[in-house]
Amino acid sequence: MRLRSQPGERIDRSHPIQFTYAGKELTGFAGDTVGSALFAAGRRVFSRSFKYHRPRGLLCCSGRCPNCMMTVDGVPNVRVCVEPLRPGVDVRDQNVLGSADRDLLGVVDKVGGPFTPVGFYYRTMIRPRRAWPLYEKVLRNLAGLGRVADARNGHGRFDTVHRRVDVLVIGGGPAGRAAAAAVDGDVLLVDDRVGHDAPYDVLAPATALGIYEGGLVPVAAGNVLYRIRAGRIVVATGALEQLLLFSGNDLVGVMLPDGVRRMVDEWAVKPGDRAVLVGEGAVGVKLQLARAGVEIAAASLRPESLSAHGRRGRLTSVLLDGEGVDCDLLVVSGGLQPAYSLLAQAGARIEYEPRRGIFVPTELPDGVAVVGAAAGGIDQTPVAAVLDGRGDKCFVCICEDVTTKDVKRALAEGFDSIELAKRYTTVTMGPCQGKLCQLAATRLLARETDTDESAIGTTTARPPWTPVELGLLAGRHHEPAKRTPLHSRHETLGAEMIWTGQWRRAFQYGDPAAEVRAVHDSLGLIDVSTLGKVLVEGPGAPALLDRLYPNRFSDLKPGRIRYGVVTSDGGRIMDDGTVARLGDELFYVTTTSTGSEGVVEWFEWWNAIWGYDAEIVNVTGALAAMNLAGPRAREALAPLTGADLANESFRYLDAKEIAVAGVPCLALRIGFVGELGYELHCPATDAGVVWDALVAAGATPFGLEAQRVLRLEKGHVIVGQDTDSESNLLSARMQWTIKDDKPDFVGKGAVPHLQVRERLVGFTADVLPPEGAQVVREGRIAGRVTSARVSERVGRVIGLAWVEPEIAEEGATIAIRVDGAMRDAAVTLAAFYDPEGTLLRS
Amino acid sequence: MSFLLSCPHCGPRPVDEFRFQGEVTRRPGADASLRELTDYVYFRDNVAGVQREWWYHRTGCKVWFVAERDTRTNEVLRTEIPSPAGAAAPR
Repeated sequence: MRLRSQPGERIDRSHPIQFTYAGKELTGFAGDTVGSALFAAGRRVFSRSFKYHRPRGLLCCSGRCPNCMMTVDGVPNVRVCVEPLRPGVDVRDQNVLGSADRDLLGVVDKVGGPFTPVGFYYRTMIRPRRAWPLYEKVLRNLAGLGRVADARNGHGRFDTVHRRVDVLVIGGGPAGRAAAAAVDGDVLLVDDRVGHDAPYDVLAPATALGIYEGGLVPVAAGNVLYRIRAGRIVVATGALEQLLLFSGNDLVGVMLPDGVRRMVDEWAVKPGDRAVLVGEGAVGVKLQLARAGVEIAAASLRPESLSAHGRRGRLTSVLLDGEGVDCDLLVVSGGLQPAYSLLAQAGARIEYEPRRGIFVPTELPDGVAVVGAAAGGIDQTPVAAVLDGRGDKCFVCICEDVTTKDVKRALAEGFDSIELAKRYTTVTMGPCQGKLCQLAATRLLARETDTDESAIGTTTARPPWTPVELGLLAGRHHEPAKRTPLHSRHETLGAEMIWTGQWRRAFQYGDPAAEVRAVHDSLGLIDVSTLGKVLVEGPGAPALLDRLYPNRFSDLKPGRIRYGVVTSDGGRIMDDGTVARLGDELFYVTTTSTGSEGVVEWFEWWNAIWGYDAEIVNVTGALAAMNLAGPRAREALAPLTGADLANESFRYLDAKEIAVAGVPCLALRIGFVGELGYELHCPATDAGVVWDALVAAGATPFGLEAQRVLRLEKGHVIVGQDTDSESNLLSARMQWTIKDDKPDFVGKGAVPHLQVRERLVGFTADVLPPEGAQVVREGRIAGRVTSARVSERVGRVIGLAWVEPEIAEEGATIAIRVDGAMRDAAVTLAAFYDPEGTLLRS
Repeated sequence: MSFLLSCPHCGPRPVDEFRFQGEVTRRPGADASLRELTDYVYFRDNVAGVQREWWYHRTGCKVWFVAERDTRTNEVLRTEIPSPAGAAAPR
C-alpha cells in the first residue's frame, strides 16, 4: 500500500521492479530499498533477534541497526533498509527455524530467560568436558548471524583501489557539502547515501570504515575497497538518533523519527495507523504522519514512565505515564549523539557534556577536522537513562539482546567499568558497533553506580565503523605464481606441477624412479630456472664476496666455480649456492630457489654499511637454467656446441660461455645430482630452443622428486629442508667452507663460539621414515629425520638426520621411530653414492 | 601500521612498500666475547622513543636507508642514506 505521491519522493512509480521474498513474487519501484518494498508489501517482521529470537521490524531505516538484516541473493546480513532494490533479487529470512514470522527458536524468549542470563556461556555447558563438541555443535547452529555465503553464488569480485587526495570529506550532509565546496583544490567527498551533483568529486554510496595513521581511510563502496590517503580529513558524519530505554523498546512498531521521515518522504509508505510520539525528536515527525494519514493517539516530550506492550512481538499498546494507549506505531527519540567514532579512532578525546547529555569530540589530532552535528552542533536537553514502567524486557543493546537486567547483573558481579561490562555482556559489540547503545549503556552504568557519565566514559572506538564483508578486506583472490620460461614444456609433457615458494615446478613426469635411472644410466634434463641468479660486479666485488661468505672468492681464478654458504652474524646457515668468477671483477652467484630476493637484499644491506665499489644485480627472471646430467652428457652436448668439452679443457667446476643450439649459454660444470653434468644458463627468451635441442639429443626430463633422490644419494644438503634457523657450519659438517684467516666476514665473530648440540649425518635403513621422524636414544628424543628416500642405486632407504654428537659416528646404530615402532638405522658420514666424486670429474 | 615513510629517493610512500630491518646496531669485532656477540645478535634496545633503524624500499627503488622514528607515535623525524663505514674491518 503506497501513499499518494509525496513531495520529493525517491520512488519512480512508472518503473515497477519484481523480486522474490521467501519464494513469493513481490513488486516494488525503482528507487525503493529492499526494505521499503517489503514494508510496502505488508511485511512488518524483518528478522529475529540474536539471542532471544524476538521478532524485529524496521527501526532506523538508515542502515545502522541490526533489525533488518536478511539474506539477499545468498549474501547474509544485508541491511535491507538501505539496500537498493534490483530486479529479480532473492530475499530470504535468516537465523530462523521456520520463518521470521513463525520462528521455532522463539521458544528461547519464552522459557530461556532464567536459563540464559548474561554470560551464561562462560558458566554453563562446560561440564562434562567431553560433551563440549556436542554443545559446540548445537551452539554454533543457534548462534551467529546468517550463513557464510557460498563462493559460487555470485558475490562477484572484490577489488582494492588506491587513491590519494589533499582533502577527504566524510559525510554528505549540509555541513560536509559546505566543507567540500569551501576547499580550493583536490577534494573528495564520501557519502553513505545517494550521491549528489557537485563541483567536487563525490564517492557514493560509500562508507568510510575507519581512520588509520598517516591519514589512511578505507572506504567500502560495493565490491570495491578504496584505500584513500588524505592530506587532511574533514569528518562530517552527523549525529545518530538514540533509542530510549523502556520495557518493550524492541517491539515491531517502535521506530526512530528519522526512519519514519524516510519512510513517508522517500518511499511514500504509511508507517502505521495509530501513533504515539515520545521525546523531543519524535514530535518533529508530526508533519509526515499527518501527510500519511496516521492518527496521533498521544505525544509526550518528557514522560516519567513508559512501557510498550504487544502480541507476538508486535506493538499493540503503550503505557505512557500510567495511561494505556492503543497504537501500532511508537516513535521514540532518545536525542542525538554526535557520530564521533572515526574521530576517536584518529586519536581525538571524547568528553561527556552534561548540559546536552552527549559525548563530544575534543583535542583533534593534526590533519583532522570536524564540522556540523558530529562536532556537537546539536541543541537538546538530556533524557533520563531509563523510563521505568511495567513490563519485562528493556533492551540496552538490540544487536546482542542485552537488557538492563543483564547490565545490572554484570555490575553486581563486579564488572563495573564500561570496558569490563562491554566484554561481559557484549553491549556495544554487535553489528551497530555502539551507534544505538553506547550512550545508553553509559547512562545506565552511571545511574546504577551513582556516578556520572564522565566518570564512566565510552568504550574504545575501533574500525570498522560499519559491518563489512570479509571479501572486501581480503580483496581479489590472488595466488601469485612464478613460472619458469619452460613452464609450457612441462605442461605439454604432462608434468605434475607443485609449489615451491612462489614458484611452480615440475615435480615428476609420471615415473620418478625411471627419471632417476635415466640420470644414472644415460642422460637427464631438469629445469632449474628457479635458482636465484645474481651478478656481482666492480673493483670491490672480490673483497665484498670475501666478506659476505665464510669462504674466500678473491683467489678464485676466472672461469672457476666454488660452492658457498651464506651465514648470519650469529653463524647460522641462511642460504647456499655456487659462485662462478667470470672475470677479474665479475662474479655470477646462484642462490636457492626461494632465497634469491632475501640474499640480494642481504648483500645490498651489508654493502650499504660497507660501501664496496660493486654492483649487485638480480638476474633471476632474465635467465633460464637447466641441468643436463648423466654419463652421456658430454657426447649429447658436443654436437650442439662448437666448444671443446674434453675433460681436460672443460673441467669439473669450470664456468665457460658456450653456444648451445645457437643460444649463448653460461655453462657451469657442477653436479648437484652427482653425475657428469652441465648447468646451462641462457636468456629466458631462448630457453625453449636449448631445452628442445637437448631433449632431441636424448635427454629425459626429470622433476624435483628425482632430483631430491639423486642429491640425497650424494648427501647434498637442501638449505631450509635439512637445515633450520639453528644450524651452523660446524653442526652441518661444512666447516671446510670457513676461511678463518680472513680479517672479517659475516659470521666470523661467531666461529669461536659455535656449538654443536646436534650434527647432520646420513643414515641407511630398511624402512622409510617420514620426514620429521624422531631419532630416539635411551628413551628420549635425540634427533630428527630431515630427508629420506628409497634409493634403488644404494639398495636401501637413505636419509639425512640431525643426531646428538655422541652418536654422529660412522657406523653407529641409531633408532628412528616409524609408525610407533623403533627401527634401526646406521650412520653414514660419506656420500651414499660415488663418495669420491669420480663421476662428477669424469 | 599505515604511516608514511620518506624514501630518500622517492619521497613519502606508504610503509607497506618497505622492509624493516630493525635497529641500527653496533657490530662488535671478530674477537668479541660470547656475551658481546649474543648482545649484538639477539638483543635490541626496543626504546619507547626515537630510534635509528634500517629500512629497504623493497617495492620501490630498492635503496637501503636509515630512518629516525619515534616508536610511540610512528612519527618519522628523518631519513637518510648513511655514508658507508668503509671497507675496513671493525676494530
